[in-house]
Amino acid sequence: MSTKIFKHIQTSAVPLPIENIDTDQIIPARFLKATTREGFGNNLFRDWRFDNNGNPKQDFVLNEPIYSGKVLVAGKNFGCGSSREHAAWALADYGFDAVVSSFFADIFKGNALNNGLLPVQVSDDFLKKIFDAIYADPHAVIEIDLVDQFIKIVASGEQESFEVNPYKKACMTNGYDDIDYILSKKELVVEFENR
Amino acid sequence: MGQTLFDKIWDAHVVSSNEGFPDILYIDTHFIHEVTSPQAFDGLRTRGLPVFRPKQTVATADHNVPTWDQHLPIKEELSRYQVDMLTKNCAEFGIELYGLGHPFQGIVHVIGPELGITRPGGTYVCGDSHTSTHGAFGAIAFGIGTSQVEQVMATQCLLQSRPKRMKIEVNGKLQNGVGAKDIILYIIAQISAAGGTGYAVEYAGDTIRSLSMEGRMTICNMSIEMGARCGLIAPDETTINYVKGREFAPKGEDWDKAVAYWQTLYSDDDADFDSVLSFKAEDIEPMITYGTNPGMGIGVTQHVPETASFEQKEQGSYKKALDYMGLHDDEQLLGKPIDYVFIGSCTNSRIEDLRQVAEFVKGKHKADNVTVWIVPGSKQVQEQAIREGLDKVFDAAGFPLREPGCSACLGMNEDKIPAGKYCVSTSNRNFEGRQGPNSRTFLASPLTAAASAITGKVTDIREFLKEEELV
Ligand code: SF4
Repeated sequence: MSTKIFKHIQTSAVPLPIENIDTDQIIPARFLKATTREGFGNNLFRDWRFDNNGNPKQDFVLNEPIYSGKVLVAGKNFGCGSSREHAAWALADYGFDAVVSSFFADIFKGNALNNGLLPVQVSDDFLKKIFDAIYADPHAVIEIDLVDQFIKIVASGEQESFEVNPYKKACMTNGYDDIDYILSKKELVVEFENR
Repeated sequence: MGQTLFDKIWDAHVVSSNEGFPDILYIDTHFIHEVTSPQAFDGLRTRGLPVFRPKQTVATADHNVPTWDQHLPIKEELSRYQVDMLTKNCAEFGIELYGLGHPFQGIVHVIGPELGITRPGGTYVCGDSHTSTHGAFGAIAFGIGTSQVEQVMATQCLLQSRPKRMKIEVNGKLQNGVGAKDIILYIIAQISAAGGTGYAVEYAGDTIRSLSMEGRMTICNMSIEMGARCGLIAPDETTINYVKGREFAPKGEDWDKAVAYWQTLYSDDDADFDSVLSFKAEDIEPMITYGTNPGMGIGVTQHVPETASFEQKEQGSYKKALDYMGLHDDEQLLGKPIDYVFIGSCTNSRIEDLRQVAEFVKGKHKADNVTVWIVPGSKQVQEQAIREGLDKVFDAAGFPLREPGCSACLGMNEDKIPAGKYCVSTSNRNFEGRQGPNSRTFLASPLTAAASAITGKVTDIREFLKEEELV
């Protein structure tokens, strides 16, 4: 089954300089009751974004109109906690194509990659440079290239390369997924079972 | 060069290994529940695929279920819909379901072990991060996302890169009143909520060896709270005795063969770990968390750290956590009034936890200012507790034993901690809003939770135990 193809983006970015953002913040448990993958974007960061009456909290970055774009830039250890893939769905459904942080929790990273949402891990220093660039100019453009594995602050030209599992990179740039791959080896699975 | 326990199990399950690709790992049993499976079943339908090995798939309903009046229909419409959906999907794809009302129903990580499905040397996955619990048997157990749930349904395999190996040793004698939960909260506080990221963690040392299976499950359960991929403990007599005779445990000749294999499952003396950490049991106090991730824990007599003690760039996140918790720098939690006590979750809802709490609260009564929820991890735990008369002890202490489910561990079912309220909880996560919007969680052991229920404030269990020794 084909998934979304990701090769290259150039976009402004949304800054969220908080560390250890867990998946309960990204999408609280009470919104996990849907049985499809769509619509979770409405409740992305629900309790930070809206008050108890459902009114937007003006000081939360997603409610600040000057910040927009297809990249979320967040503090280290992003996506820790619950394995809920709904977190990746919510970010993608909201319109993000990539998340940049100086550290990602494992399960989140895998979930993101399985949903065409690219986790880009940068150094602490580079993360700070990105935040500084966005705070200096909310429209600062960030370029992310998966094929050549670099992330760049376009205005200053500063860039850093990032790691990505070569297999996952092939999946994302070609739009195929893990199930397609394992199914292509199905006879080996049956052979294993008969060992 | 010798091999680690983890590598022995991994190697025995590799279906195919190709340079530049993650390994294809065979999965012995796939546990599923109502929250992370519906989209996976949908995916199968879209692809026109069956569940490849339905007999190796076990389903239960736990996250959404009420823990009171379970015989009535689930009140909350979306919860009911999700549970009904699981029933429908299991019927359609030929999967055995231990749903509401079934004698085997319960929290997925409680029922796997108690039914003898979880065994040494096996590979287990579930769309739930606390799948690491099953590693207590000397098994590889991963929490996975929904795309991977679909993957395992379709192929009985998981595509995974081999993680690095870490060994965490705990040696020495625990203080009275200190248990498995305190050990793991202590380790996470020492190495942080991200300290195990990328690792499979093997727990070893004589303190770990001295723990019951329940205690070992509590430890492995929270491996994910330090970011680890999984946690495991080499099987021994304790493990084998626990598995023996359980519903789905091997019997007769199969049993002897299995045990012979299990006895080969340990890390060789010269096995190479990427990282080794050691802790002394004597250093561990009863632990409690004060912040909004499980790494923010202290000994119950200690004070909350000062903001200034953190690096500049971390101070913002730290202050945010303290504000959320309504705490201030250097505050002592000991003696702080609380509103709720939750004893339950896949971390601490097994029969041993309930026995320990019952023994302690016997003849005592909860404080008026606290609401106490005690929730068994499974139908079998509930029934065992009733057989042993523990329910009467809890009744007399002012908190009736509820029915099995995840309950207040996550704010998904009816059991939610109200906004602003403090809850001493035996669960595993103290994230913002985890137990309900704006709820405030102090994670602790069942004994600390029970003692706090009696006094109505954060309590050092050791003080109680000292007094009890005197009388
Ligand atoms: S008890 Fe809590 S942590 Fe355990 S499976 Fe249920 S929700 Fe997850």
